[in-house]
Formats: sequence, structure tokens, C-alpha cells
Amino acid sequence: MSVIHPLEESSIIGHFGPYGGRFVPEALIGALDQLAAAHLAAKSDPTFQAELTELHRTYTGRPSILTEAKRFSEFAGGARIFLKREDLNHTGSHKINNVLGQALLTKRMGKKRIIAETGAGQHGVASATAAALMGLECVVYMGEEDTKRQSLNVARMKLLGAEVVPVTQGSKTLKDAINEAMRDWVTNVETTHYLLGTVAGPHPFPEMVRDFHRIIGVEARAQMLEEVGRLPDAVLACIGGGSNAIGIFHPFLDDSQVQLIGFEAGGSGIASGKHAATISGGSPGVLHGTRTYVLQDENGQTVESHSISAGLDYPGVGPEHAYLHDIGRAQYRVINDDQAMEAFSIMSKSEGIIPAIETAHALAGAMIVGRELGPDSILLINLSGRGDKDVQTAAQYFGIPL
Amino acid sequence: MASFATPLSELFLRTKSENRAALIGYLPAGFPTIEDAKLVIHAMVEGGVDAVEIGFPYSDPVMDGPIIQNAADQSLRNGTGAKDVFALLKATSDLGVPAVVMTYWNPIEKYGVDKFAQSIKDAGGSGVITPDLTVEESTAWSHATADSEINRIYVVAPSTSDSRIPLVVTACSGFIYAASLMGVTGTRNSISGDARSLVSRIRKESDLPIAVGLGVSNAEQAHEVAAYADGVIVGSAFIRQVQESASIQEARDRVRELAESLAKGVRR
Repeated sequence: MSVIHPLEESSIIGHFGPYGGRFVPEALIGALDQLAAAHLAAKSDPTFQAELTELHRTYTGRPSILTEAKRFSEFAGGARIFLKREDLNHTGSHKINNVLGQALLTKRMGKKRIIAETGAGQHGVASATAAALMGLECVVYMGEEDTKRQSLNVARMKLLGAEVVPVTQGSKTLKDAINEAMRDWVTNVETTHYLLGTVAGPHPFPEMVRDFHRIIGVEARAQMLEEVGRLPDAVLACIGGGSNAIGIFHPFLDDSQVQLIGFEAGGSGIASGKHAATISGGSPGVLHGTRTYVLQDENGQTVESHSISAGLDYPGVGPEHAYLHDIGRAQYRVINDDQAMEAFSIMSKSEGIIPAIETAHALAGAMIVGRELGPDSILLINLSGRGDKDVQTAAQYFGIPL
Repeated sequence: MASFATPLSELFLRTKSENRAALIGYLPAGFPTIEDAKLVIHAMVEGGVDAVEIGFPYSDPVMDGPIIQNAADQSLRNGTGAKDVFALLKATSDLGVPAVVMTYWNPIEKYGVDKFAQSIKDAGGSGVITPDLTVEESTAWSHATADSEINRIYVVAPSTSDSRIPLVVTACSGFIYAASLMGVTGTRNSISGDARSLVSRIRKESDLPIAVGLGVSNAEQAHEVAAYADGVIVGSAFIRQVQESASIQEARDRVRELAESLAKGVRR
């Protein structure tokens, strides 16, 4: 199969096949052009790359290690399981990769203020962290519902010096936090950079955020070859907006023997209508500045998503995933709340690693794919975040009194 | 440029000959209820509004401030859909007033691009304002609007560069929507100086009428804008009259009074 390389296509016009592009107020075009130019210049600037690499080495803690999950393997049909440990990054998830890159770009563009949206709080915490490190003002928009279910992360952001604005419009979750951040950006675009946390939104965000997360897959691919001697049979990741997934998938795109499998949040099951499985249960449309798969009704109104995981609770998905789905290069499957929580528990007890509930969707996927591919297979999973922030949710789910 | 005439393009010829600006009022369909929206628009027209912009309420209106967000939410809770938007458009056109629809892009895409343009035409509408459709993404829409002979109206912002203005304004027909400020819809205490300079930058590139929107809420502001623009767009201020009224009768009276006052403002 000859794949139109998304990297090449997107760098010209910001499209991935029929997906991507820019559907935004005209007021933002200047800032998006400025950002695209800054990103393009930084990509080929050795000074920028050296600065980011040094930050990752001395601050993020990169390269992140590869852990073989030998006891978890028995729950996954005996397949060999390798975990790419993004949970060990500073701030506890892969989100810091993108945040440090965009924060450096913010300084290059001469802007002093960043705004960010957050669902689970991971991206908000990472943004607040980078702002503290680089002396930037930081405002984080967070749905009021999410500020309640992730109160620990709200406190973390405040301790780091960020202002957290609870969003009371609409469904009061991640999608509404993005709306409010966009409104702030339209108003303050001259002084402010919108540090979008996933591979969605208008061009250049899907491409730029992917580029900052590619390091996950680049490292993991080299580590597999060095430590195992071959590439994995499948690379697995959870998908909300899709940033951790595209980060680990992208460097494997040309390895056609490697299956790429994303796991969307099935909530209470697709049939129930209460889910966040955008590719599996949605249809093409436009949301938050990009054409992609969207959960929507017959009038094109966005439908609220549902997931036990605040970080996957989003009714859209990155446009490059929509494209990889349509051309068949990646598969997208569904894991519901109960499957994810079972995997959460098994990983915690079999390996001593408490994963984020987001990540638990990929682990539940591994338990299925491992059985399908058998004991001779090798699976690489992006362990995108740690579960400290989810202790309250998990305790509630499992009936552990707090 | 469009080779066809619409009620809207004819309105701007008339207001120009009367040496005044056109007054354009905005209301989301389905607000305050699907039925009462007609009464509010009727009151606007009685008060002297020259053209009406009907909003297609959308779940994620990133260009709108709290007043229009709340109105859109209320409308969506009332169950407003495409058929209600077109019914209100038809009712407005039947009053003999030029009418356009303002909508974010996804409802158009979901309805079907060609079908949407034709439904506007069939309801007697003059065109559509698309605040989040960039000209780069507008190929299908350009064909559809040309085929159905309706106007397509894009927004130009104070941040739009001189080099980009020609790209946007050549895609427009009917009129050009100049955003008075960097920000979202809502009432403001004063009109930004950016509005006047934006209008003069657009004039260098186009002979189309230019209407200014965002933040205009009273007769003084309308008068100020009418000195340099061909149209004045008022939205949030009308909606606030409805939101602050205890009954539909009170809402109609207050909307009519505001329209009367604004209509004096746009006469120079």
C-alpha cells in the first residue's frame, strides 16, 4: 500500500486527506500563520532543537525507559508486553513533551501569556509547570465538572502559580473549556499563545503537537530494536484527542508489518449512547477548528461525550487519526469503563504500576490483542500517564473507603 | 463579484441613495421560543430594522460572548433545528425584509452544503454569514452559493493583514462583515478605534458595502459607526432586551424601542 505520508501533506496545507484544515474566526488566522511559521523555523533550527533536547534530558527525564511487563503478560494471552514509561516524565504524563516545545515557541514569538484547556488536569498541570519554569503568565480553562472530579490537579495548578478558570457553559467539560480558551485567544491573541494540549484544533496544532510527541515513538522504536532485537507486532495507545497515540504511532507509520491500534473510550458502551468513541461511534464533521470525526446529532450539534476517564472525555479526535483510520493504516477499537478499570486493577497488582485511567484503556486493549496475536507476539504500549490523580475515582469505583 | 441581485444587495443600494447606513438586527432562531422569535423579529422590523440576521444556534459558538451563548443554549433546549431556522427565515422574508442566516460551519456541512444554500434561497433568504469558515476551506460553499444565487458573507477582523484582505473580500458578496474589535460578541461601552481603520483598509480593496458588527449596542454607537460604514449590526443588545423582559409583550416593546432608537442613529 502506498500511503500518502501525512507529514508531507500536512506541512503544505494542514490537511490529512479530507480532514484537518482551519475552521476558525478570521481574527485567529494571523496568529495561526505566525505559529505555523515559528514551528517550521524551529523544526530546522539546531539551536531550538538542542534547547528542547537539553530540557528533556535535565527536566523531563528523557529518554523514558521501556519496562517489560512480565506478570501482566499472563493476562494478555502470554504475549510479551513492553511499556513505554511516559508516566515517569516530570508531571506524570506524556503531556510535558508538547508543553515544553510550545512554551519555547511562545518565548520565541515574544508572547508572555499562555492559556490552556484541560480535562483530567494533566495538560493543565504540565502547562502550569512550563509557565513557572519559563516565567510566563498562565491561565487554565477547565470544565466545572472536571474541577470537581480532578480537584487534586486544580490544587497542583494553583500551587504552580496558574490561574484556574472553571467553565460553567454547556456540558462543563473539556469541550467547553476549549470553547472558552478560544474566546480568550480571539480577544487577547496579540499577547497570548493558546497552548493547545492535543493533536486537534486548527492547523498547525495537529501537526505541531504531533511533532513534539514523536519523541515517544522515536525512542521506543530504537529501544525495541536495541533491547528486544526486533520491532513489535503491534503498537497500542489510548485515544481521546489522540496526542499520546500519534506520538508513538508516527515513527512506525512506514513499518507496514507493525499494527497500530488505538483504543477509544467506550464509556457505558456505544449502544448506550454514553461514550467518547469518536471514530467508532461518530461521523465526519467540524469541531474546534478542524474537520474530523465528531459525536454529533442530525443538526450538526456536538453531542456530549461520556467516559470514566476525564482525559478521554472529548467528542472529537485528532484529524490525522481520522485519516489513518480511513486509509486503514491504524485501527481504532473501543474499551468501555468496566474493561478499563479491570485492566487498571490488574496492572496495579501485577506490575506495581498504577496507570492513569486513560492509559488503562490501552492496557485493556492489550489484554484482548495479546490473546488474538498469541504468546509469540510482542506488544508495545504507550503507558501515557500515572494514576495518582485517579486514586479518588478508582477508590470510588472499587468501593475502597477514603 | 456576484452577477445576481438579492434583496440584501438592493437594500444597500437604497440606503446609499438615502445617504445612511443600513440597520441589521440579529436574533437566534428558537429564541426565546420557536414561536416567539417571529414576534421579536416583527418588533425589530416595526422599529425600523432594515435587515435581519437569523442565528442558527450551535453547541460550540466560539465567536460569541455570554449573552448570545445563553440565548443559543436556550434555543437548543427548545429543540431548534434546521427546519425552524428556515421557517423563521421565510417568515422574515415574507415581511418584505432582507434576511440572512448566521451559522457556524458544522450545521451547514451536516445538512448538506448544496442543499443548505438552496434552502436559504427557497426561504427567500439573501445569504449566509459564516464566522468560522475560512476562505481557504470554502471551495464547496463558493460553488453552492453561486449555484443558488445567494450572498456569502465573511468576517474581516482587525488582525486581518493588508495582504490578506483582498483574499477574503473577493470571496464575499452582498456585504463584508467588519468585526469592530478583537473579541467575541457582546455589548461594549465604546466602539474600538480599530473599526474605523479596518473599514478604510477594506475600502481600498473592495466596492462592496461594509457592515460593522461586534459591540454596537446603542444609538450613539450606531451613529458613530454609520459615519464611515454602510451597515451597522446589532445582536447582543436586542437579545438582552428579551432576556430582561418578564413577558413576550414587554420584550416586543423593548425591542421595538431599541430598534427605533438605533434607526435614528444610522441616519446621519
